[in-house]
Amino acid sequence: MAAPETSPTPSSLRNAFGHVFSFFILILIGVLAFSIRLFSVIKYESVIHEFDPYFNYRVTQFLTKNGIYDFWNWFDDRTWYPLGRVIGGTVYPGLTLTAGTLWWLLNSLNIPLSVETVCVFTAPIFSAFASWATYLLTKEVKGAGAGLTAAALLAMVPSYISRSVAGSYDNEAVAIFALIFTFYLYIKTLNTGSLFYATLNSIAYFYMVCSWGGYTFIINLIPMHVLLCIVTGRYSSRLYIAYAPLVVLGTLLAALVPVVGFNAVMTSEHFASFLVFIIIHVVALVYYIKGILSPRMFKVAVMLVLSVGLVICCTVVAVLIALVASSPTKGWSGRSLSLLDPTYASKYIPIIASVSEHQPPTWPSYFMDLNILAFLVPAGIVACFLPLSDASSFVILYIVTSVYFSGVMVRLMLVLAPAACIMSGIALSGAFDVLTRSLKFQLPGTSEIFASDAVDTGSESVILNKDGAKEDKSEDSVKERPSKKSKKKEKEKEKEKEKEKEKEKENAGTLSSRSHAGTSSRRPLVLPVEASVIAIFLLVLLVAFYVVHCVWAAAEAYSAPSIVLTSQSPDGLHVFDDFREAYAWLSHNTDVDDKVASWWDYGYQTTAMANRTVIVDNNTWNNTHIATVGTAMSSPEKAAWEIFNSLDVKYVLVVFGGLVGYPSDDINKFLWMVRIGGGVFPHIKEPDYLRDGQYRIDSQATPTMLNCLMYKLSYYRFVETDGKGFDRVRRTEIGKKYFKLTHFEEVFTTHHWMVRIYKLKSPRNRIRGKTKKSKSKSSSTISSKSSRTRKKNPWN
Amino acid sequence: MRKIGGCDLSLVLLAISFSVLFAPVLSDLVISKVDRRVDLTSQHVRLFTTLKVENNGTDSVSEVLLPFPDHQSKNLAFLTATTTEEKGKSKSSSQALPIKVVNPEGMPISLAWYSASLPKELGKGGQLTLEIRAVFTHALRPFPEKITQADAQLVVFQDSAYYLSPYVVKAQSFTVKLPEPRVESYTKLENAKLSGSEIKYGPYENIPPFSYTPIVVHFASNGPFAVAKDLVREIEISHWGNVQITEHYNLIHAGAESIGEFSRLDYQARPYLRGASAFRHLIAKLPPRAHSVYYRDEIGNISTSNLWGDSTKTLLEIEPRYPLFGGWKTSFTIGYGLPLHDFLFQSEGQRFLNISFGSPMNELVIDNLIVKVILPEGSKDITVSVPFPIKEWQEMKFSHLDMVGRPVVVLEKTNVVPEHNQYFQVKYRFNNLSLFREPLMLISGFFFLFVACIIYTHADFTISKSSASYVAKLQWDEVQTAIQQFQGVMSRCLAIHDKLEASLRDLSRTGDAQACKAARKAADSSLKELSKELKSLLAFLQSSPQAAQILPKVDELVVKEKELQEKLMLKHSIVVDAFEKRSGGRDTESRVASIQQKITALRLEVDDLLEVIDEI
Repeated sequence: MAAPETSPTPSSLRNAFGHVFSFFILILIGVLAFSIRLFSVIKYESVIHEFDPYFNYRVTQFLTKNGIYDFWNWFDDRTWYPLGRVIGGTVYPGLTLTAGTLWWLLNSLNIPLSVETVCVFTAPIFSAFASWATYLLTKEVKGAGAGLTAAALLAMVPSYISRSVAGSYDNEAVAIFALIFTFYLYIKTLNTGSLFYATLNSIAYFYMVCSWGGYTFIINLIPMHVLLCIVTGRYSSRLYIAYAPLVVLGTLLAALVPVVGFNAVMTSEHFASFLVFIIIHVVALVYYIKGILSPRMFKVAVMLVLSVGLVICCTVVAVLIALVASSPTKGWSGRSLSLLDPTYASKYIPIIASVSEHQPPTWPSYFMDLNILAFLVPAGIVACFLPLSDASSFVILYIVTSVYFSGVMVRLMLVLAPAACIMSGIALSGAFDVLTRSLKFQLPGTSEIFASDAVDTGSESVILNKDGAKEDKSEDSVKERPSKKSKKKEKEKEKEKEKEKEKEKENAGTLSSRSHAGTSSRRPLVLPVEASVIAIFLLVLLVAFYVVHCVWAAAEAYSAPSIVLTSQSPDGLHVFDDFREAYAWLSHNTDVDDKVASWWDYGYQTTAMANRTVIVDNNTWNNTHIATVGTAMSSPEKAAWEIFNSLDVKYVLVVFGGLVGYPSDDINKFLWMVRIGGGVFPHIKEPDYLRDGQYRIDSQATPTMLNCLMYKLSYYRFVETDGKGFDRVRRTEIGKKYFKLTHFEEVFTTHHWMVRIYKLKSPRNRIRGKTKKSKSKSSSTISSKSSRTRKKNPWN
Repeated sequence: MRKIGGCDLSLVLLAISFSVLFAPVLSDLVISKVDRRVDLTSQHVRLFTTLKVENNGTDSVSEVLLPFPDHQSKNLAFLTATTTEEKGKSKSSSQALPIKVVNPEGMPISLAWYSASLPKELGKGGQLTLEIRAVFTHALRPFPEKITQADAQLVVFQDSAYYLSPYVVKAQSFTVKLPEPRVESYTKLENAKLSGSEIKYGPYENIPPFSYTPIVVHFASNGPFAVAKDLVREIEISHWGNVQITEHYNLIHAGAESIGEFSRLDYQARPYLRGASAFRHLIAKLPPRAHSVYYRDEIGNISTSNLWGDSTKTLLEIEPRYPLFGGWKTSFTIGYGLPLHDFLFQSEGQRFLNISFGSPMNELVIDNLIVKVILPEGSKDITVSVPFPIKEWQEMKFSHLDMVGRPVVVLEKTNVVPEHNQYFQVKYRFNNLSLFREPLMLISGFFFLFVACIIYTHADFTISKSSASYVAKLQWDEVQTAIQQFQGVMSRCLAIHDKLEASLRDLSRTGDAQACKAARKAADSSLKELSKELKSLLAFLQSSPQAAQILPKVDELVVKEKELQEKLMLKHSIVVDAFEKRSGGRDTESRVASIQQKITALRLEVDDLLEVIDEI
């Protein structure tokens, strides 16, 4: 029992050092993930970005001001006028609750940060968490080295940065963390079989359900993996513990979220999980019976059960199919359907199709968003097959499904990014393992050990082995549990091989590139020095390129808040702050209860920044209402006035980029208004706005186009700016240059004309209506006239 | 005149009633000469009055009454009176007189009375020159009240051509200075004369007391009518070296209300014709060395501002998000930091803050100003001295990591004009050690957090000490220590092996076979000792149920190690023998090589096993 401290010191000290080292690396990765997302604050300002984040910000403000119970019961009457919207029941509360809690915590510590600041920095904080979660997940799959690499890659993957820069206060910001963390806990449960982690897993799943509609991805992916494990004969009690509690607890918890509610058991998105839940129980029963019966008895029992079970299964499936088929959308929500059938949305739901982030991505966007990861993923998949464990099969399944989904919708690239990072992390760390090890074995002085000095060999190679094995130790530990038996056999085989190899004293370079730890770490002879040096150099170069690309993407491509635009001019930066100018004007110079109509893109911003009631907003829950606004925008002035007046609208806001060349303005979105409007009100026909199938606003444009409200509001008095009316976005002179507005008056136009606000003129008196009749042109129809007179009658 | 005649009628009646009812009062004093000049170039109406007062009575007089009609007094923001004593011809020293509101008996109630107390009583026949300076806000009424974008803004100013006074006025004149020569109309009295942008009434002589002849001037004024409905200034003192000032403005253009269309085109193409009444920017004159200046509103930074400065001032030109037309409102916040040593001083163990009261923008009328001075946590004995009357109270504010809160001195004043931009003082006591309260709190907080972590990891928090899992855990711990010891033994064995190898190498170098043999003996004995140790450990491991899992590995390892040991000994003896016999190298070499291979393989296996055990 002597001297325990002398011998265990090297390994335990090494371990302790390794832990501290990786802890610091993780902290640095967190700092990196946080700080790379601050470009938007440094280059622009600490402000909420884009559209949806403004809504989330507004909800958070409400939450911090009124408390959680008012939040659940919040009926928002400032949007979707006159319908309103039940916010508490239609919003995923995870993000708001997270930021609200953060704010509350800080304030109870007397750190007076504003709600806005907390909201702005929520996304960067959670991306640091997400990279830590990636570390944990990858560590479970392939060891700490791969974990650290994957975490570092995720910390700066552009695809994720695009959704989580400071100010991008959207559901995805916390949801990606929740997604990865749920997967980690699932794998952890799978590896340990601990009920504790299974419970944590359900809670993490609950948080994910709170945060994002993408939770259906989890509740479909995990059953798929369970099914895969069962089919490939990898069923174990650990699998059961990983899955069954998740379904039961997870579904119960998910049903607590108001926006999900009974959807957690009623919609088709969740059926897969229940089906697999049944299957896993059947399998568990079979394994149990197999354990207690003799093989012969078991065969008899199988025959019996199969015949009865098939009948029951058939009836259940038939009932299910009948149930699903009876609902109009087959029980699937529109967005999910458009995932399964990419052409679904463009055929049936123009609103979903009109959003640019719902379009399929282009090839360059893969390179832009994933960069080198796109090429490293196949290597990672190969590495995951060497050997295939439960955990690595899960990651493979994850990457395959997410590649498919990202191919359907641009915004699901976000789901692909963590998978790609994990795969690339595994590939990169495997490659570095092999290369550095082969370098180490062939350092000067050690290369000839096997050739000449036989006496030296023993001790030297031991030391080398120790060093080489150090890196792979943790990887071994992970693999040890799931497949100990196979592992042992494998090892023995490898050992035999090694003996042979060493007898032959040959350099086994090529084989060693199969980088799995247990095998190659013990094979001292690997790649030649020159090759590994060059390969390491190239790999470092590759990773450096990735870092440069990510920083560029973070700084240039994804940091613009989109409410402030800038342009580089010879005399410095020029700022276009027109949106906020207009919203500030609305908020200060109109009545609190005035209603503002605009296309739905600007709904969230108007309610949040201008605090005015809007008709439609980015929630797009009521297609008819949006179609009404679309119809008004595509109608002639008078008809539009009537529609707006019937909605009690006081101001109409249009976004116009023709003066400064801002391309995403309302004229460019106009065809969607026509399409959506025409989908509900058939008198709006898309061909009326197109000349020979082409959308144009110049002199060749159709009269319907030139007389519609959107055209008039956008180009009112535009010609007087340069005398010709040259539109810099469409690069053409406008068709109808001089016209007057009869039912609207301009009340505000921003500095660069990007936002124009018009006021509905109050209805004319009866006497003046007569004089107007002579003026009124062909555009005003008889029916609208009669309705106008009818409206005035009450005062008569 | 027709347009605005209606509103004057009441004033005329008022004036008549004054002169009729209160003719013979307070007539000891006689004003020998009054010179009044009113400056209408901005929205602040500044009235300068020079009075020459003579005491014709017998009693000496100690105060001069200054009445203002109600409609003026409710707009009166600022009033001072100074006397100039003439000591010789050129030198004159001025002295501010205390002014108080009085309510003399028997005087008409529609007048507000102020009295200036003279520095020394004015005896019989004494003379005195008084300079009175009054500033009125909201005294210019836009007329018409609503204009379109293209119209110029016209305003109306009302006053009396005669100096309203309870005393007889012997000679007087009244000058009205307008911003531009464009005058719509003015009341034409005798001796009234318009020249350029000045209207002159007078001179008039021997006017009885309480004479009031209303005059109305209707003229164009396109200056900015910026009125801050509310302004909250927060002055936060940090003894780490900074005074942070944050000003929240709630601004309105109080001129003629804009109606009809606002056309950006017209405004951009002909800004001084279409939109003359709008104001685009304000200039804030900040103290020198102001830093970290920001300008924002509730939806973010406002990018239209300029900042430049020199050693005497810092100029901040801010432009609201949109040009302000009549009736339009906006709100914004500006903030800046100032070096502490410019504003905070120490005297007699007390510290005092000396900083200006009003807004740094000179064109502004502030309807309601709240100044909050936030002192550092732990300040006490707070006193405030402000050179004019204000409302004052104290609050607490909790900011960064405060425990008891920071005392806040709140000063409120309505109707503030740039003349109020005077320094005021806040005196308080503050212990320097309080500075370190928060850093120390943070440090100790983290310290205790870490200590708690350490305690948590080292302490045993198991509730039921007899539960199966707990016992199992304890046993497992024992097994682990046993295995660690086992590993230690193993690695010592391996070290001995290494020593043996080393002795062989020494042999090939030095040729000392005896030393080599001695080394073998020593190794042999120590290995035996170790195997004894090993036995006890193995016995323990075999007895423990927890170790069942790793026992096969351990056994395997022991076997392998034994084998390795034997092979090594064999090799050692062969080599030594061969050396002693000096027998032919080739034969021995081949034997040694075959053994060596086995040794290497065994060694690898042993290391593998050690690692495997290590992982457990």
